[in-house]
Amino acid sequence: MPSLLEGNALFRGIYCWLAANEGNSGPGPCGEALRDGLLPVGWEWVAFFAAGLGIVMLLINVFLLLVMLYTYMERRLLGRFQARLGPNRTGPFGLLQPVADAIKLLTKEDLVPAGADRLLFNLAPIAMIVPVLLVLAVLPFGENSFLANINVGILFVVAVTSVNTLAMFMAGWASGNRYAMFGGMRAVAQLVSYEVPVVLSIVGILLYTGSLSMVDIVEAQRIPFILLQPLAFFIFIAGSSAEMNRSPFDLVEAESEIVSGYHTEYSGMKFGLFQLAEFGAVLVTSGVMATLFLKGWEGPVLPSHLWFLIKVFFFAFIMIWVRATLPRLRIDQVMDFAWKFLFPLSLINMFVTAVEVLVWEEPTLVQLWAMVGINLLVAVVGIVAFSFVFKRRGLSPSRVTPPLVVVEGD
Amino acid sequence: MTFFILIVLTLLGWLALVTVGLFAIVGFQDGVFWTVAAASVATALGVVLIQDLFKAALSLVGTFLLIAALFVLLSAEFLAVVQVLIYAGAISILIIFAVLLTRDVAQGNPSNKLQIPALITAVLGLTAIVFVVLRTDWVVMEDVLPSETMDRVEMVLATTPESIAGVLLNQWVLPFEVASVVLLAAILGALALIREQEDDA
Repeated sequence: MPSLLEGNALFRGIYCWLAANEGNSGPGPCGEALRDGLLPVGWEWVAFFAAGLGIVMLLINVFLLLVMLYTYMERRLLGRFQARLGPNRTGPFGLLQPVADAIKLLTKEDLVPAGADRLLFNLAPIAMIVPVLLVLAVLPFGENSFLANINVGILFVVAVTSVNTLAMFMAGWASGNRYAMFGGMRAVAQLVSYEVPVVLSIVGILLYTGSLSMVDIVEAQRIPFILLQPLAFFIFIAGSSAEMNRSPFDLVEAESEIVSGYHTEYSGMKFGLFQLAEFGAVLVTSGVMATLFLKGWEGPVLPSHLWFLIKVFFFAFIMIWVRATLPRLRIDQVMDFAWKFLFPLSLINMFVTAVEVLVWEEPTLVQLWAMVGINLLVAVVGIVAFSFVFKRRGLSPSRVTPPLVVVEGD
Repeated sequence: MTFFILIVLTLLGWLALVTVGLFAIVGFQDGVFWTVAAASVATALGVVLIQDLFKAALSLVGTFLLIAALFVLLSAEFLAVVQVLIYAGAISILIIFAVLLTRDVAQGNPSNKLQIPALITAVLGLTAIVFVVLRTDWVVMEDVLPSETMDRVEMVLATTPESIAGVLLNQWVLPFEVASVVLLAAILGALALIREQEDDA
């Protein structure tokens, strides 16, 4: 894996400290070894493992700290949007609120319901958080800062996050609870549907860059793709907030309908893991959006890592804003929105982009701005036209759907 | 609970120790290969032997993921990712929907008269696969190319999606299009089936 050894100073440091022997000093990654490494020849893979684990530990812990910060930010901002204060008692400005939450979750009793499938019930929260953390592996969070620059980066992100569906269904199934089961089934239906437009919206970007690697995508952006692909951005942010069950699409855990969906039965740190996965997914998705649409780490004056963080939190803010503003959709509206609104629009976007890429093979800057104009026009016309159709047909249920939950009056 | 965690940790420790020993004996790449291969065979056996259908389906997902790991070992990252995306992400969902439609998920299906024909078919299939694997003259890149061009091989491997796309849309464009037509026909068929039911209701 040359990318790690060449690109990452920390990794190289640990690796060479442990394994720089005569065999791999000199022209290799370690250069002229100052002294022999700690490990004998033939044990380089232990050094590789140790160095890799060290970096992964660092990255994940920084990420978890950011998630804590983000939960605070989300709760405060939601409070502001709803004309209240939000948590402001623990520590200065309530900044220690996430710490208090974590302590509360860790000390809570860990319950497993009698009707639950113990193994799957315990496995589901882990299966939920692993994909979120795996995305970090390919996310370029600064100049020359990434764990792996694999040549299928964005496809890796899509593939790994698609496993989330399974985790949600696992949780719903294993709980042995009707509401959890409903939540799980809704999760499968919703996530499978929204996967399609999200992936198709990425295709437009891939047509411009001609590469699946995240680093290449960032470096190919002469103009940020949020301008060049406004329609794709709209589809991506709508679709991915549906995949994360955030508010306009939070039917999977709709409190007023099915208690809290697939994680109804969870308590203690397992519930904490679900929350962590959910909030972490927001940050990770913002990171992917910053990479795809806003030039990733690139920016003037400030260091690249800071630029990346600023962009991530900018997109996270937009997501909180959307969550605070829009009311929840009905299940048939959610399905219609995926298949009759986002899906055709993403096909249109793909078609227009393909034609543009064919016509201007090596576009100059002026031609790129012309593309921006055309694509903005297509986006506005497409969204407005489809909303008219959608409004006429989508507001009242076109067919009688059986009520999902029958509430008996007492 | 703490007792349970301790047992799990001890088991994991032993597993790690055994793995490290294995790696030290056969080398890193072979060690990873044998670990992944053994795990994928174990999960594949789990698919057949576990009674609970839902757990069997999840075991199948585990097999898919481990096969993807094997692809990674072969430097076929694109195939690995597509394996995860299509099999672990999509096909498994289909299978789980099918599991939901069965009557008694926890008990599994009772065996029927087809046991012996199934056994014969499985043995024949396995024989065919083993025969093909043994008879094929596997091409290893290092045998074909002198060591100077290994850099070029690595360059080609680094751009597998492009190579696959080139071959798929030039040389094999007809099978590719036929496959898409078949899928389209399947979608239309599914839609037609649902339409009919709606009219009846």
